[in-house]
Amino acid sequence: MTVNGWIQILVFIALVVAVTRPLGGFMTGVFNGGRNLLSPVFGPVERGLYRIAGVDAKAEQHWVTYAVSMLLFSVAGMVLLYVLQRLQGVLPLNPQDMAAVPADLAFNTAASFVANTNWQSYGGESTMGHLVQMAGLTVQNFVSAATGIALAVALVRGFARASARTVGNFWVDLTRATLYVLLPLAFLIALFLVWQGVPQTLAGAVDATTLEGAKQTISLGPVASQEAIKMLGTNGGGFFNANSAHPFENPNALTNLVQMLAIFAIGAGLTNVFGRMVGDERQGWAILAAMGVLFVAGAAVCYWAEAQGNPAFAAFGVDGLAGNMEGKETRFGVAASALFAVVTTAASCGAVNAMHDSFMPLGGMVPMINMMLGEVIIGGVGAGLYGMLMFAIVALFVAGLMVGRTPEYLGKKLEAKEVKMTMLAVLCLPVMMLGWTAFAVVTDTGTASMANAGPHGYSEALYAYVSAAANNGSAFAGLSANTLWYNLTLAVAMLVGRFLVIVPMLAIAGSLAAKARAPASAGTFPTHDGLFVGLLVGVILIVGGLTFFPALALGPIVEHLAMSAGTLF
Amino acid sequence: MEAKTKKSGTEKASRAQASTLLDPAILGPAVAGSFRKLDPRVMARNPVMFCVEAVAVLTTILLLRDVATGAGNPGFGVQIVAWLWFTLLFANFAEAVAEGRGKAQAASLRKTRTETDAKRLTDPDATLGHGFNGGYDVVSATRLKPGDVVLVEAGDLIPSDGEVVEGVASVNEAAITGESAPVIRESGGDRSAVTGGTQVLSDRIKVRITAAPGSTFLDRMISLVEGAQRQKTPNEIALNILLAGMTIIFVIAVATVPSFAAYAGGSVGVLVLVALFVTLIPTTIGALLSAIGIAGMDRLVRFNVLAMSGRAVEAAGDVDTLLLDKTGTITLGNRQATEFLPLAGVTERDLADAAQLASLADETPEGRSITVLAKEKYGIRARDMAELHAFFVPFTAQTRLSGIDAEGTVIRKGAVDAVLAHAREQAQDSNRLVAAGRGAALRTATPADPAEREILTIAERVAKAGGTPLAVAQDGRLLGVIHLKDIVKGGIRERFAALRQMGIRTVMITGDNPMTAAAIAAEAGVDDFLAQATPEAKLQLIRDEQAKGKLVAMCGDGTNDAPALAQADVGVAMNTGTMAAREAGNMVDLDSDPTKLIEIVAIGKQLLMTRGALTTFSIANDVAKYFAIIPAMFLAFYPQLGALNVMGLASPESAILSAIIFNALIIVALIPLALRGVPYRAVGAGALLRRNLLIYGLGGLAVPFAGIKAIDLLVTAIGLV
Repeated sequence: MTVNGWIQILVFIALVVAVTRPLGGFMTGVFNGGRNLLSPVFGPVERGLYRIAGVDAKAEQHWVTYAVSMLLFSVAGMVLLYVLQRLQGVLPLNPQDMAAVPADLAFNTAASFVANTNWQSYGGESTMGHLVQMAGLTVQNFVSAATGIALAVALVRGFARASARTVGNFWVDLTRATLYVLLPLAFLIALFLVWQGVPQTLAGAVDATTLEGAKQTISLGPVASQEAIKMLGTNGGGFFNANSAHPFENPNALTNLVQMLAIFAIGAGLTNVFGRMVGDERQGWAILAAMGVLFVAGAAVCYWAEAQGNPAFAAFGVDGLAGNMEGKETRFGVAASALFAVVTTAASCGAVNAMHDSFMPLGGMVPMINMMLGEVIIGGVGAGLYGMLMFAIVALFVAGLMVGRTPEYLGKKLEAKEVKMTMLAVLCLPVMMLGWTAFAVVTDTGTASMANAGPHGYSEALYAYVSAAANNGSAFAGLSANTLWYNLTLAVAMLVGRFLVIVPMLAIAGSLAAKARAPASAGTFPTHDGLFVGLLVGVILIVGGLTFFPALALGPIVEHLAMSAGTLF
Repeated sequence: MEAKTKKSGTEKASRAQASTLLDPAILGPAVAGSFRKLDPRVMARNPVMFCVEAVAVLTTILLLRDVATGAGNPGFGVQIVAWLWFTLLFANFAEAVAEGRGKAQAASLRKTRTETDAKRLTDPDATLGHGFNGGYDVVSATRLKPGDVVLVEAGDLIPSDGEVVEGVASVNEAAITGESAPVIRESGGDRSAVTGGTQVLSDRIKVRITAAPGSTFLDRMISLVEGAQRQKTPNEIALNILLAGMTIIFVIAVATVPSFAAYAGGSVGVLVLVALFVTLIPTTIGALLSAIGIAGMDRLVRFNVLAMSGRAVEAAGDVDTLLLDKTGTITLGNRQATEFLPLAGVTERDLADAAQLASLADETPEGRSITVLAKEKYGIRARDMAELHAFFVPFTAQTRLSGIDAEGTVIRKGAVDAVLAHAREQAQDSNRLVAAGRGAALRTATPADPAEREILTIAERVAKAGGTPLAVAQDGRLLGVIHLKDIVKGGIRERFAALRQMGIRTVMITGDNPMTAAAIAAEAGVDDFLAQATPEAKLQLIRDEQAKGKLVAMCGDGTNDAPALAQADVGVAMNTGTMAAREAGNMVDLDSDPTKLIEIVAIGKQLLMTRGALTTFSIANDVAKYFAIIPAMFLAFYPQLGALNVMGLASPESAILSAIIFNALIIVALIPLALRGVPYRAVGAGALLRRNLLIYGLGGLAVPFAGIKAIDLLVTAIGLV
């Protein structure tokens, strides 16, 4: 580890904290309705959209209606995306004449992008034409992210409102999240990326002759625009197969920093929205602090593991000082690669600037743990906040009684219904992550896709299901996932991990909104101080993390121990 | 119950606890009860322990099969299976001990419910006075229906709950309250309720039965203390859902292990998987949860408070606002005269003399304190009414005056406006003028008469100081004002300060005018007050607080308190109160001591804290158990994982056995804590949380590491594996 490496990490953290409040303030205004900075520009567009869709922007929805609207919208998006892929051969804007995407892959991809996962069982530049990339994938990049933001705001309204029947209007939240938050920010970031050299063109590939005289096809396309929303919306689906490791997606250290910042910006800002809406910004900071503790711990372990390098190389006289550079880009180095890996899995982005498969065992374990915890460390836009709030509900339920009152959070009593819904949501992840892995590792179809043997091969399969269920989308690249088995099971994991968490979460929002809000007193559990942050972190690690201890012991942990003893896989 | 003597509540509670934790009379039946409770139909109420029972049965069958076929290592298997059953028995034992304490009480209550005969009047309308013909049938008490009227005479047990409709009697209620001093029960007013099983000591009364057979107060009390009707409280239900959810998570974590192991080319035995599963699921809190609830109710019973539901006890912990009656709770029951304030031109001595004369026959504590003050200050001796040829004019709610009519002189004392009216009337009488516009004159802010103005000024001063002004007039001439002062109980200010630290707001309820109320409120240190409180105002106050999301506790005894008692989240009815009040509240205080509301809140909080502390402890325990079992489980095919054996346990078998033994023994070790409750202090939530998180959170992380290691050393030393 180097001072330079740590400074990069600290600068990043400082920038995230710096954008939290301004973004939070702006987004609070957006979701409370009324005019904001961008109303003169987008106001007419917004009203026009409502008129076309026949939406009454003033009519709020009960949580059930809200959930049904969200589900209908997602199903429609999924069908559209599936059809676009299947028909891309006959549709325009396909300069490279890509063939129709096979059914199982198209299903997997549709599920993946609608669930804000962006797991890619395919290579982007060699499978998807411009129309699918722009009208299919990029559209979902926007709206699946906007859906996540809308849902988080609905849950926050549950806490903020008292004795209310409604939690907001899904169509309005979706529209406003897209128009006022995602579009303008994505536009700015895309401009920045273009300035830094990222291509933005509708032209097809360019053929180049290399120095050896070989012909190389260099893919081009509307990269910058997809790149911006890929980060901002924590989607992670790259234009190119190599994702953010590709120089056209992520040309230099500066774009790398901005990309990481874009991944965390909205998620961090939403914690501030939460604080503002419930009338006490400290509540938001406490949530961000709990995320921060877990993030720093993960970044430190990952950076440490990667900086060590592989001890087996020392035997060949290789200088271990550079750390583990396998699978990393020299323009980023160990610190920025480790940091990117932690950021992209802490949030449910899934973009990668280095190959996680080539990380050291413990370095690769950190992204896995980040995802196993349910991606509550900043998390996917919106999803991170509501995931974290559900852990807060569990933490307060376990320990809240210790102040001599029945559990409550922000003046809302937590009762059987909230606990039931929270446990339903919390249960989804281990079922999908561990259940599917258990099937995959003992079936021939499952093991055939693994590139490596032993614990490392096991980690590849585990990582895939963990990434899918957590809606991350990054991969331990060793796994050949484009098979019928993996396409279907991963799609199920993605859909369950997204929607079976969302519906109970909305039920909680509705139930909380209906409750009276008791004012805080000296006798209520303080949820804005360090004690609560510590408790929350402890509960996340024990309830969310320990479940996976046996699985991790058989994967990265045993691989690490074996490596120390000289055995590699 | 005869032997039960009554001391102050706290003393009584602590004494009772010391004796029952190790009481063999309870432990014996509890052991038997632990086995009876293995019935799956009983276990099904507790999802966590039901899972343990299911796997215990499964492993027992597998073990028997192995023994029959001679496969495996039966020595190790027998021990694991045995400890699984012990885990269950210990859990049942905890519940049985908690119930046992209530059962003992119920048994002694039942003795008082022995068959009594009732004297049912043939003519319910016959009055007890002269000409009472005494016509009644003797019927069994169990055949009495609501509406029957019975005669109860000295020495009789009151056959069932009812309302005194005629007569006055002294009643020994020791059977219910443990208080041996008799209480007066009389028809009309707020002291008319009688309880079945209590005994009339003197006189005779007519009682209209209000309870159906089998649902009398005593019946309910028995089933409550026995826990027979115990329903899970809302928080318990929610906690059970959480525990069940965690159990399912661990089912997944454990059930996927064989497949992962198979990939690695190894296998994990069923016994080991079961051991991992049972140690991971929250058995500690699952085993103790119901014991904690029963013990909490029991603590209230020991405190002579009956909670009609566990929900009420939980609500007590959540209370945000306490409505406390001023009289008896905040101030001593009686106001005392502290000062004579004469008008200009009247000497203090003359005023004292007249005031004493007016109070000679006044037996109220206030009246007596006036006589005493006059004697202390001016040496005026109390005179004999008969000698003065004086007639006492008692206080009535209409006149709001009392005094004497002696030869040629009329002295009155009472509420200031009433005395003013009286004085004016007297003066008008003497002037032979028509008493017109009297009331109107009184209502004007500044009366024309300077004496009246002066009286009102003095009275206002007294009221502002928290006192009650009593005006005195002799023969229509206003003399001055007596300052009656409320005496705030010693130490009450500190208790309110403690409540404030706990985040509880106290509101004083009083019939006094706002000025007086404000002064007393300031002196006692309550947060707010409701002056000139009517039952409607009280009910409105409760509704307002509840609309703000607050939980409200109050106590009351009169029929007109019933709506407020029913509306409050915690309504404590005094046992001396009316039947209506007792029906409306969700707790009954057998000692009829309104101050207890504060302790009831503390008991509710202690119950919740105990539940939270043990839940946290139970979940924190899992970390150590993972580190004990995971390396042991995979050691056969991944020897490298021995590095996770941070406790340095001797062998895989000893590690697994130690973990499961620890898991069982910790239940037994925590039974006393579950029954006694975690220590409770009236401090803010932040301080409570810090302390409890440190003890039960960090303690829960650390204790099992030490415990499992110690058991491992022992198990290895004895050579069990």
